[in-house]
Amino acid sequence: MSGPSDYQPSNPVLKWIERRLPIIGLVHSSFVAYPTPRNLNYWWTFGAILSLMLALQIVTGVVLAMHYTPEATMAFKSVESIVRDVNYGWLLRNMHAAGASMFFFAVYIHMFRGLYYGSYKEPREILWILGVIIYLLMMATGFMGYVLPWGQMSFWGATVITNLFSAIPYVGESIVTLLWGGYAVGNPTLNRFFSLHYLLPFVIAGVVVLHVWALHVAGQNNPAGVEPKTAKDTVAFTPYATIKDLFGVSCFLLFFAWFIFYMPNYLGDPENYIPANPGVTPAHIVPEWYYLPFYAILRSIPNKLAGVIAMFSAILILAFLPWLDTAKTKSSKYRPLAKQFFWIFVVVCVLLGWLGGKPPEGIYVIAGRILTFSYFAYFLIVLPLLSRIETPRPVPNSIADDVLAKTGSKATPMVSTVIALMVAGALFAGSAQNARAEQQEVPPSQKWSFAGPFGKFDRGSLQRGLKVYKEVCSACHGLSYIAFRNLADPGGPGYSTAQAAAFASDYKVKDGPNDQGEMFERPGRPADYFPSPFPNEQAARVANGGALPPDLSLIAKARSYERGFPQFVIDFFTQFQEQGPNYVDALLQGYEEKPPAGVSLPEGSYYNKYFPGHAIKMPKPLNDGQVTFDDGSPATVAQYAKDVTTFLMWAAEPHMEARKRLGLQVFVFLILFAGLMYFTKKKVWAEAH
Amino acid sequence: MTTASSADHPTRRDFLFVATGAAAAVGGAATLWPFVSQMNPDASTIAAGAPIEVDLTPIAEGQDIKVFWRGKPIYISHRTKKQIDEARSVPVSSLPDPQTDQARVKPGHDQWLVVVGICTHLGCIPIAHEGNYDGFFCPCHGSQYDTSGRIRQGPAPTNLAVPPYQFVSDSKIQIG
Repeated sequence: MSGPSDYQPSNPVLKWIERRLPIIGLVHSSFVAYPTPRNLNYWWTFGAILSLMLALQIVTGVVLAMHYTPEATMAFKSVESIVRDVNYGWLLRNMHAAGASMFFFAVYIHMFRGLYYGSYKEPREILWILGVIIYLLMMATGFMGYVLPWGQMSFWGATVITNLFSAIPYVGESIVTLLWGGYAVGNPTLNRFFSLHYLLPFVIAGVVVLHVWALHVAGQNNPAGVEPKTAKDTVAFTPYATIKDLFGVSCFLLFFAWFIFYMPNYLGDPENYIPANPGVTPAHIVPEWYYLPFYAILRSIPNKLAGVIAMFSAILILAFLPWLDTAKTKSSKYRPLAKQFFWIFVVVCVLLGWLGGKPPEGIYVIAGRILTFSYFAYFLIVLPLLSRIETPRPVPNSIADDVLAKTGSKATPMVSTVIALMVAGALFAGSAQNARAEQQEVPPSQKWSFAGPFGKFDRGSLQRGLKVYKEVCSACHGLSYIAFRNLADPGGPGYSTAQAAAFASDYKVKDGPNDQGEMFERPGRPADYFPSPFPNEQAARVANGGALPPDLSLIAKARSYERGFPQFVIDFFTQFQEQGPNYVDALLQGYEEKPPAGVSLPEGSYYNKYFPGHAIKMPKPLNDGQVTFDDGSPATVAQYAKDVTTFLMWAAEPHMEARKRLGLQVFVFLILFAGLMYFTKKKVWAEAH
Repeated sequence: MTTASSADHPTRRDFLFVATGAAAAVGGAATLWPFVSQMNPDASTIAAGAPIEVDLTPIAEGQDIKVFWRGKPIYISHRTKKQIDEARSVPVSSLPDPQTDQARVKPGHDQWLVVVGICTHLGCIPIAHEGNYDGFFCPCHGSQYDTSGRIRQGPAPTNLAVPPYQFVSDSKIQIG
């Protein structure tokens, strides 16, 4: 991409091709012979990491689209059947969902790197603007992808974000109707979002080609911010940059795999395990963590239109950066003031992200305004001003000089920044969790056999839990995503296929129509799903005093509670994922005969310590001695609660054992591979120094 | 890359590169597997493909019904004496895909022919009781099958397949 190639193939076949389509020469000049500054640090490997993430998102996305149904009544269920029934479906879905977060994580590092080292300055303005376009496209793609599972957060996220456009004067409402394809977010919206979510990644790929093209014309910037002058300043892209990038990628994959295999729900919202309900908005609408800073800016402006303008300006202002910061010195390494302001700006962004997950009340609103002002002040006041008043330190004469000047003392700041960034990332992630359920009593943490990296379900507990569900819960609650065959699946309650079939035949299942055109009942088969106790929502409500008993298939993942700072940061490292089970277990035991003094309950409600708001419509479901266990386990409420919670956790994630087992294998491999890559990289680079 | 240092420690260096390359290849291949495996039928499809039972009592002599198993049409023909005789009087050696009628039905249940109703040529569904042999006729490319579902004429290479099935009782079969 940098002028005609001097690549001369010797193989006659390649020669023949090359004369007609010089594609090998193009690859050779762009990715083999291409000169790359020899002083690039590991922050420069994020370009390769991002390319990998884009490819991975496209590949996993194409595969998921083979199994997904973009239809409002089936979308949620189709995602669940991907996770439950498709071979490795849980893995592909986790890769795609965590992959989106990793993509944004990497792009933020990539952007901050560009900001710190002045990679947007002449002659790289277009390169930078293409990057801003890619980032905008990523945001649109990520948003539409989040809508596809059609859970509560999907639905209400779609509603809130599309309503941003209603702020446009005169035509706002018409634009929103146009986006929805209806009078509210609904099936047409889901359909078009799916179509666009499939399209936009390829648009991104196209702009990435332009981005790389522009990069290879202008050449890479580097930590010293001086352009290469002689051949001594550069090394060949392959093997030097390639191997370094691959080492960076292998380290990044370790981080990525932690989410895929051990923390798949850490970055997600439990609310999204509840199917979309157009009649009920979740208490706190929180976007995915990567949108939080902009969400905070939106909310800190009291005027609707101004808020929307501020939010979009916060992104678009990046495109004007090359003309806002006119300082001649590129790298902040040689700009003592710019460097300090850069780090203040990073902190402002992280804090904005944290605020985005907080409810917009009291001190948070004021803090949001101050931080929003600071955000814009960095671009509109600080950078233009610094360009005029700052005296930069002298830059090295050449890249080669820069390399010679610092041998040995470069690893430390990198490590500390990585740690700082990881904490910041965790802060972001946690702030989304922070926004939920304030005045709730915190359920006590139980010991679960399935917790931690080696966690496994207790078979006995699963079988007892199934009994409790069958004899008690199933009177009101469905379990509609579980088929009888699942009882014989590996990693489940451990029944044989014959036992599962026998269990199924105890149930009456509606089938038909038969040859006479009539519906009939027949004994259940392994392929059938647990029948629901009520034929429809209305029947369920009438029978339960107006309340709808939720389906229990996903309840252990759909319920959560606030862990608070710094606990959620620690949770990331200890792999704590058991909020749901803790809550369900506590709720079942949290009934009190009489509400505390001064608390009055509405008619037909019961007092529960752990239920948000304490007034629950479900009467105390479990009593001592209600269910008899064959294995001699105590017939107590505590035992019932624990067993049925274990069972419901399995029901919510039947492949958890497979996930953790494969995770261990992947980690052993990745650690070994990263080690090999490290030594290979050292060997290759030994010749460059 | 220079040759000097590789001459110094040729083995150690080469070993590292080969080991890293091999690890990358193994990792890549292992990563590829889930992407291939997901194409196979999922667990619910497999479960839905469980054996089915068919009651034969409503099928009168000379009639046939079509049932679906694993998404495939299965013809169940209640053959007449004439049809059975026709099928058994043909010299087996003269058939394109030689097979006796006895080998295609269950002993003691000679009147019941159970075949997968998918033409072995390119997968169209043949029409029962059509063609020159009173068996099946495929409208797509003109393959003709006899009363035993054996190919007699046309481009189809083999006889209609007999699905796995058994008699649960005299009037009931289980397919699968």
